[in-house]
Amino acid sequence: MIMLATSGIPATGYIIAVLAIMFVVTFTLRALPFAILAKLRESTFVNVMALWMPAGILGLLAIALFYSTYSSPESELWKLLVAVVVTVASHLLLGRRTLASIGLGTLTYVVLVNFVS
Amino acid sequence: MNNRSWVAPQSRRHEILTGLKLGIGPGLGLFPLGIALGLLALQSGLPAWAVPALSIFGYAGSLEFLMIDMMTAGTGLLTIAVTTFFVNFRHVFYAFSFPLHVVKNPIAKFYSMHALIDEAYAVTAANPTGWTAARLLSLQISMHCYWVAGGLVGIAIATAIPGTIAGLDFALLALFITLTLDAVRTREQLPSLLIATAAFLAALLITPNQIIFAGMIIFMALLTIRYFTARRKGGLYDHAGN
Repeated sequence: MIMLATSGIPATGYIIAVLAIMFVVTFTLRALPFAILAKLRESTFVNVMALWMPAGILGLLAIALFYSTYSSPESELWKLLVAVVVTVASHLLLGRRTLASIGLGTLTYVVLVNFVS
Repeated sequence: MNNRSWVAPQSRRHEILTGLKLGIGPGLGLFPLGIALGLLALQSGLPAWAVPALSIFGYAGSLEFLMIDMMTAGTGLLTIAVTTFFVNFRHVFYAFSFPLHVVKNPIAKFYSMHALIDEAYAVTAANPTGWTAARLLSLQISMHCYWVAGGLVGIAIATAIPGTIAGLDFALLALFITLTLDAVRTREQLPSLLIATAAFLAALLITPNQIIFAGMIIFMALLTIRYFTARRKGGLYDHAGN
């Protein structure tokens, strides 16, 4: 389990707070640019950041998720690495079909965790 | 007036159908991913109502998967806000070409901005002309429906399965691996990935309990330094690609 080995069911108020934050932050990011379109379009800083950010932010999340899965007491590094390699190989070799890559990687991990000791 | 009342419903119907047709392609991707979201949410211990609530109000694909994980871990609200901001920052640029101007009704406009997901932007970018309010809204509403419906089917499947399947949450890691691979298609994207790795290691050393929060702040700081260094060397023009 990723990061949830010791936690229980989240409280209703907490879930609502998370939803409210997601809504407000995401809506602001989507709506605000329509109001200040011209300024954003001219800003080299914003343009370059938008070009550089996705690979890094997504990569950072992938590494952090890998680390938190690896840190949980029941995980075994080799099983995790095999599933990661299957995911990467499927994605690069089978034409970047996201659902197929996730499906094959997850299936590999589920089989290794449940049926291989 | 007479003419309009006769023609308008016809063309409006055509516009709605066109929007629905354009939504089928993305819907084929959204629906199964929605199933995975519902399944994973219930397996992780979230209450069933949180899935449609997440998909309606927190409508943001990959971020929703991440939030399932962060919510079940009881992550702090500031980290939730910062993560949402950085993960969804890319949306800032969708306004440049998204045909929001065709929507006049304020409520519809509000909805259209809320439902401006990657897939909605991609469809309008691939079909730059001919947008009307009816076409755009039927596209966005239908995509939103595929996503929410997928989540509900996922809940149904999760309820039917007894117990939990160990290892199923690997799907979240797999999702972010594929998203990273898609973001790093050219060699120009490699420095960002290396900087992110450095930021992760720094966060791991400095604040092991706040890795994502600290990691993102450190990453943005390093990226800003990279920006000003590149600008001083005059190498920005190539990178910006314009």
